[in-house]
Amino acid sequence: MSLGQNIISELRRIVGDGNVLTEKEDLIPYSFDGTAALQQMPGCVAFATTTDQVVGVLKLAGQTRTAVVTRGSGTGLSGGSLPSPDCIVLCLAKMDKVLELDRANLTLRVEAGATTQAIADAAGAAGLFYPPDPGSLKISTIGGNVAENSGGLRGLKYGVTRNYVMGLEVVLPDGEVLWTGNKCVKDVAGYSLRDLFIGSEGTLGVITRVLLKLIPKPAAQKTLVATFPQMDQAAQTVSDIIAAQVIPCTLEFLDRTTIHCVEDFAKVGLPLDCEALLLMETDGHPGQVADEAAKMESIARQNGAKEVRVARDDAEAAKLATARRSAFSALARVSPTTILEDATVPRSELAKMIRFVAAVAAKHKLRIGTFGHMGDGNLHPTFLTDERNQDEMHRVEEAFKEIFTEAIRLGGTITGEHGIGVSKKSFLPRFAGDAQMRVMRELRRVLDPNGLLNPGKMFDQ
Amino acid sequence: MTPPVSHLKGLDYSVVQQCMHCGLCLPTCPTYDATKIERHSPRGRISLMRAIADGRLDVTRTFADEMYFCLGCLACMSACPAGVNYAELFEHARAEAEFSGVLKSPPRNFIRAFAIRWLFMDLGHLRFVGRILRLYQQLGLQTLVRRSGVLKLLPKRLRELEAFTPDIQPRFSAELIAPVTPAAGRKRYRVAMLTGCAQDLIFSDINRDTVEVLAHNGCEVFTPKKQLCCGSLHAHNGEWGMAQELARKQIEQFPPDQFDAIISNAGGCGSHLKHYHKLLADDPAYHDRAVLWDKKVKDIHEWLMEIGIQPPANHAPPQVVTYHESCHLAHGQKITAQPRQLLKLIPNLKLVELPESTWCCGSAGIYNIVQPEMANKLLDRKLGHLQSTGATVVANGNSGCLLQLINGVKQKGLKVRVVHPITLLAEAYRRG
Repeated sequence: MSLGQNIISELRRIVGDGNVLTEKEDLIPYSFDGTAALQQMPGCVAFATTTDQVVGVLKLAGQTRTAVVTRGSGTGLSGGSLPSPDCIVLCLAKMDKVLELDRANLTLRVEAGATTQAIADAAGAAGLFYPPDPGSLKISTIGGNVAENSGGLRGLKYGVTRNYVMGLEVVLPDGEVLWTGNKCVKDVAGYSLRDLFIGSEGTLGVITRVLLKLIPKPAAQKTLVATFPQMDQAAQTVSDIIAAQVIPCTLEFLDRTTIHCVEDFAKVGLPLDCEALLLMETDGHPGQVADEAAKMESIARQNGAKEVRVARDDAEAAKLATARRSAFSALARVSPTTILEDATVPRSELAKMIRFVAAVAAKHKLRIGTFGHMGDGNLHPTFLTDERNQDEMHRVEEAFKEIFTEAIRLGGTITGEHGIGVSKKSFLPRFAGDAQMRVMRELRRVLDPNGLLNPGKMFDQ
Repeated sequence: MTPPVSHLKGLDYSVVQQCMHCGLCLPTCPTYDATKIERHSPRGRISLMRAIADGRLDVTRTFADEMYFCLGCLACMSACPAGVNYAELFEHARAEAEFSGVLKSPPRNFIRAFAIRWLFMDLGHLRFVGRILRLYQQLGLQTLVRRSGVLKLLPKRLRELEAFTPDIQPRFSAELIAPVTPAAGRKRYRVAMLTGCAQDLIFSDINRDTVEVLAHNGCEVFTPKKQLCCGSLHAHNGEWGMAQELARKQIEQFPPDQFDAIISNAGGCGSHLKHYHKLLADDPAYHDRAVLWDKKVKDIHEWLMEIGIQPPANHAPPQVVTYHESCHLAHGQKITAQPRQLLKLIPNLKLVELPESTWCCGSAGIYNIVQPEMANKLLDRKLGHLQSTGATVVANGNSGCLLQLINGVKQKGLKVRVVHPITLLAEAYRRG
């Protein structure tokens, strides 16, 4: 450990003795996040429990020129909370209070370490709904969700984390505390700094509190599972549903490999003899739900669905959604290393993109499982590999390059919901272009002139 | 024969690599939930094991302590979509810790030699101690000693442990159960029943109830007077070699080809008993029999629901029952539906769900003895949920949990009966 003893003792003074970890056995478990094949030892881990403590840590970091990497539960999928060498990992998992549920304004104010699940539960208990539902929602923190602008299964109809953030408390790299946003539905005073911090991946400040928008809970919902003999038919079904001006809450797709892995884990009775499966959910007014479900079923059948099954009740629907959320991890059943990406294309280009991904995998002789949020064009091609096989890892890299290039060519993006982090850093300049890169660099330099917050992430200064 | 494999480095690397550290285990881990520190989480522990396998970390005292801070409740295995075999990793990691000697100290060595090697390798020794303890309790000496205040001279920890001393049954299994119990009515199956070690001393009545219920449902039951420990205590405490020795002896005593099923009524034992083929994987003389053995071992609830049982007649008094799941029954053996189905067959019994029913109660083998602080936190959490149900009976299928709950209920002065589901069923049958 090469962090100075003076820094450690000062940290202990700021956050308390028990809230600083320095032993090697404590640091190894913080040397990675949810991203495959990335590891870097931090200098120490500090748990802050108040905004003041975060201020103290950032001031100390500024004075001593020490890098700080903010972390929630470490479930990110682009290496966003991967430590930089000998940095302070500033963990906010213990700062997890739900502060205020405002029933008159339909808002919820929470600390950054509150889990997405705790937020969904707090909203649910008041008959309200917090829609964003990233795969790791049971443990992911809202601070991380905001920093990565996480999506989830309901993005298609309800949008992503950004669409529910009304205000933020952020500690700036120099230790000053900033509040941006409020409970007003309309507010156009000045630049929307709130939007700048959303998705900033811990590079511009440390988010400590979040004011969230809640919406009324939909009165009814219906979940359908459709299976197809060919992947194209599923893609066409999705395009036709959107073209028919039906916007369901969820339109998820799994390919054959993923279906088998998920069923092996979740045992929810997914049909195993098909090439593609669509999990479709509609919610809202009961009449509208019945109508949309009927439309989706008939469109699926017109496109050659072998079977369309309706979930019996809410419990079965919830089981199916949970099973779908396990897809990424479940793919690890068939290979030691699973590397997934989240290339996203306009929905009209879905079928093309899916064919392209399959062709690239074949060309590089790679095993692949593909699943994703088909309704919003956000795919998760996942290569099933072994990080110890260098030759194969190289081919995985080449394949991703081609996939990203194609996504950009089709008018899509290199990441729909996981963020740039370190995984997609090298692709950002080409995607964003010179002008955007210049503005992003200058913004970051203004807020963090010493480059201490999450250095090496998103782009190099 | 090859020497016992207990090194993390000797493990198939794909077992450690299977963990892709997605974090979905975190919310299900009681020690992570209580501390929010990654080292105390499944993926954190696996990362340490992997660091040892990679040679990036030595087996240190801190590592060894961490492996014993883990409850081994296996809730992470139910949560893990990637299918990581945490049970196997955990046993090897504890064996690694023991093998390295980092935890060695004279008192610990003595206790381990006495308990793991002397008491539980030969159950004659255990029964001998049990008889002494029984005499001590029956003659009123325990009450006398407790009242006298002499216990105040003991260190605090020993005093707390003394309060935990279970009540020894007036008669052990061998005095209650014939070596062969014929099936009542038409004989449908021939089964063996494992009476266990601590179970035999403290819950011999549950063993008797189990045999009665089996016989009632057409099973001829074999229960030899002298039986063995299943070896889970040894495997979970890093004594791989002793666990293997006990597994071989079990297979010799109950040749699996001679029985339709080998019945266990303790979730913790059953979970271990079903994995003898892994334990004896390198022993060609036993491997095939171990594979068959694993198939024949059945938890009592699992077996009864599999063969279909006669519902008891409608003479039972009304009772409100909740069900606390043994971790190794729920997470280790994935048996969650059968005990509930069984309870629902009892007339006039209303089953109310226990919140967090699969969350560990802190018993975890001998965890409540070696890690009292965390164990008590978990017990309090469990008792709080128990009270919220309003049930007057809590059913559970594992002797360790039963003891933990009995002690908790006693300490809190709750009017709740702690009972094995099979006892409730046996009582219902007895009422005719």
